[in-house]
Amino acid sequence: MEDDFIPVRLSVNGVPHRLFVEPRRTLLDMLREDLELTGTNAGCEHGSCGACTVLLDGQSVRACLLLAVQANGHEVTTVEGLAQHGRMHPLQEAFWEKQALQCGFCTPGMLMTAYELLQQNPDPTEEEIRSALSGNLCRCTGYQHIVEAIRLAAQRLREGAEAATSSGTTA
Amino acid sequence: MTTTVSERAWIGKDLKRREDPALLMGTVTYINDFKIAGMLHAAVLRSPYAHARIRAIDTSAARALPGVQAVLTGKEAAEVIGPVPAFCAEPVVEHAIAVEKVRYAGEAVVAVAAESRALAEDALDLVEIDWEPLPAVTDALSAMQPGAPLVHENLGTNVVYDHVFTFGDVDGDFARADHVIRRRLRWPRATAAPLEPNGAVCAYDPARDTMEIWSNTNMLNSASWVMSSMLKIPPHKLNFYPMYTGGSFGSKHFLAKVIGIAGALSKVTGRPVKFMEDRLDNLMANDSQGPERLYEAELAVTKDGQFLSLRLRTIDDYGAYFIFAITGNTNMMAQITGPYTIRSVETGIKAVLTNKNQQTVFRGAGSDVGNWVLERLVDAAAEQLGIDRVEIRRRNFIQPDQFPYKIPTGNVYDSGNYPGVLDLALGHFDLDAWRQQQAQARQEGRYLGIGLATAQQRSTYSSTEFWFHNPAPATGLNSTPESVRISVGPTGGVTVTMFSPFWGNSPETVVAQVVAEELGIDPRDVNVTYDSTAHALPSAGPGGSRMTVMLAGAVHGAAARLKEKIFKIAAHMLEASVSDLELVGGQVRVKGVPSSSVSLADIGMRAYWFKLDLPPELESGLEGTFTYDHPYTTKPHDDRKDLGVFYPIMGHAAHLVAVEVDIETGAVRFKKYVAVHDVGTVLNPRSLQGQIRGGIAQGIGLALLEEVRYGPDGQNLTSTFVDYLLPSASDVPAIEVYHHETPSPFTAYGVKGGGEGGRMVAPPAVTSAIEDALRPFGISIDEMPITPEKIVRWVKEAQSRHQRQTN
Repeated sequence: MEDDFIPVRLSVNGVPHRLFVEPRRTLLDMLREDLELTGTNAGCEHGSCGACTVLLDGQSVRACLLLAVQANGHEVTTVEGLAQHGRMHPLQEAFWEKQALQCGFCTPGMLMTAYELLQQNPDPTEEEIRSALSGNLCRCTGYQHIVEAIRLAAQRLREGAEAATSSGTTA
Repeated sequence: MTTTVSERAWIGKDLKRREDPALLMGTVTYINDFKIAGMLHAAVLRSPYAHARIRAIDTSAARALPGVQAVLTGKEAAEVIGPVPAFCAEPVVEHAIAVEKVRYAGEAVVAVAAESRALAEDALDLVEIDWEPLPAVTDALSAMQPGAPLVHENLGTNVVYDHVFTFGDVDGDFARADHVIRRRLRWPRATAAPLEPNGAVCAYDPARDTMEIWSNTNMLNSASWVMSSMLKIPPHKLNFYPMYTGGSFGSKHFLAKVIGIAGALSKVTGRPVKFMEDRLDNLMANDSQGPERLYEAELAVTKDGQFLSLRLRTIDDYGAYFIFAITGNTNMMAQITGPYTIRSVETGIKAVLTNKNQQTVFRGAGSDVGNWVLERLVDAAAEQLGIDRVEIRRRNFIQPDQFPYKIPTGNVYDSGNYPGVLDLALGHFDLDAWRQQQAQARQEGRYLGIGLATAQQRSTYSSTEFWFHNPAPATGLNSTPESVRISVGPTGGVTVTMFSPFWGNSPETVVAQVVAEELGIDPRDVNVTYDSTAHALPSAGPGGSRMTVMLAGAVHGAAARLKEKIFKIAAHMLEASVSDLELVGGQVRVKGVPSSSVSLADIGMRAYWFKLDLPPELESGLEGTFTYDHPYTTKPHDDRKDLGVFYPIMGHAAHLVAVEVDIETGAVRFKKYVAVHDVGTVLNPRSLQGQIRGGIAQGIGLALLEEVRYGPDGQNLTSTFVDYLLPSASDVPAIEVYHHETPSPFTAYGVKGGGEGGRMVAPPAVTSAIEDALRPFGISIDEMPITPEKIVRWVKEAQSRHQRQTN
């Protein structure tokens, strides 16, 4: 088994990569160990805590439950891909303002889940947010500040989109 | 102390946390992210049996696997490391890797270091063990029976500690009572389960006999000398580096086992070794399970509802080891009589060993249990005497003019305003409206319940609680200092150095706010950093809701020392007298003459690089260090009739909760949750609200969901997050949090610690609400978690009782 390294080509946060991995290597281990993208955390490694949530072609997945080889030919987005040119994404800004984190360990997974939610539903209700987050465990915050942060980010993103439309520019 | 509330520029402000940007962008280094050149990875083989003797271990195939650098059995590890450090007086010995026999399912038996974690785990599959399974004992009551299998043969019993503490005239007060309220109560075994498991990287240098240790342990300074005996390296040759910690809640105090395993493997390989627990490791063997207690509880009450005395007998299941002795029970003696004027108390403690992972501490550290037990009794007294639950509490509150107030155990409460907190909570809840809704709902066949808890949240531990349960002349530690260093650099930049790690709270934000307050600068301009133990000043680290109090005191003291030198240099530069100077906005100026001023940058440059222009008695450099000791603690009396002052910085909270219980499904839905907390002066309201809401979420988890369960054979049935249920976003409601501020007379700025309060008060409030909802069925709730299955069963039982009676 140890001799069967398999080539994987993928794009992570817009950067193309080609590497050779063991068939058993998880996407999580490949991101953290091979690509040194340690923002994505390992909380349970059996798919129940959501700390390792990343996007695969825009859809949230548990990086601990996916094999690296399954990401071959796909685009992966991790928490490191949210900020642009050192500027935090509006979700990150809102999490900061609302103190939607304490130890920060679940936060990257929360952000990626919230990012996907706002792509699909730009104006979610509190109940829709809580439902979307139900697969992401947080042991510190009690979730309320996270819910508030996502609502705030949603509002700002909507206002930003409206402003962009009304001024005739493209986002 | 130095400033009044109205003058404060930064204390009490909702500043965004400075810890957050790195956490949000994924750029912090948690222990699992840490790498060092040449580092090997460890994995641990765990016992499949709860109780078994190890006859023989064959590791030859594991050793032969390419890439494996070391395989250690417990016996082999014991040649390079000693036992896990323990704080108990009793001879209960634990090893990081079990020697001769295992005492719980999941105990470490073999550790491997290999070039990768996956390889190390492959090697574990090749280990052969010849086991002699022994009968396991998995509940405290069976463990106490004569002839029960012994967890530790050398003790001759599983009852490792048994003592009754009496404070005041308990028998007399019970004889004088008109009523004795009795309840048999059961508190479930829970566990902290932070999302980040425990880990360590140990790098042994055989040439110098030194070891560098990176770990998410919370008690770095204590760790050095405590772990020296285990690692068999002198304390001054150990250097612990603080790491960002992904949550602790009491579960990461020492982490001796992960450090012992990585340390032993590093010693035998001569290479750095990382051991990172996975979730299974953590839930089976983290040594941080909470109390599991059975109580016989009695409250002596007069006919008009005055509480006279409290009598408790507990049997507490400590699991297989006893490293913190009965800390969870001594802790609750700090506030055992709650916010009430109960004048005598007796508490009998039987600590029992069983074949489970051991109990240490979990947010609340036993005082969470005490609150629940007392509030259960108070609710029962109200019901039995026909007095309103709010009214009976009011009649027994310690009044604001009675502080400082000494409780029967000897601990002192510094300050408080319990009627004020309750009034604020009632003002936000609208009890009358909820009672009307409740009556209306009952007519419709729906069950609303209103819950109330008024309870204490002690903060700022002193270390006598670790040993005062032993009879005199036994003594132990009695200091818990915390230190900081504030440096002003040659260009005026201010850096604060801490010697305890970030563990999920807001130490950097707190420190920046306080230093900004003291130096009149903007907290965003302050740099905050950490240093390793080799360079550290005395610092006990986080635990027992102490860090905000202790860091505020340390910064306050260090700033005073720093300002003394700043003013001396400035006076020299301005040719003025120190008493004529003031520090405003980063400038030292002559009072009333704003044009005559020098900046911190001017003073810094002078201090570092212009020695000949300094006052001659001053040395170069510009820094202030301060070690802040516990503000108020005393030793226990030799007769232990008075335990001394050991947890005097006393917070308080009132929670009011409305729930609806579906008696068909057993589901509990929160309709309203109001929490008012008084933890003295508030440093950062939003950050405190986060602590409170997060604590309440854990309390709700305990009340409704969480329990570490073992099968009759001692198998851990809750070793994954699929089985050990943490509350999710759908389980925790929005919680209204309000602050009431009664400053402490003993601490800097009057702050008290608030880190544990939410979890310490939510369980009795939620239990009270569900019991109130089920009142038509006459159900009294004596245990947690209150699962849907139990609610449905209790209601069915009550209905069939009712039917039998009417037939």
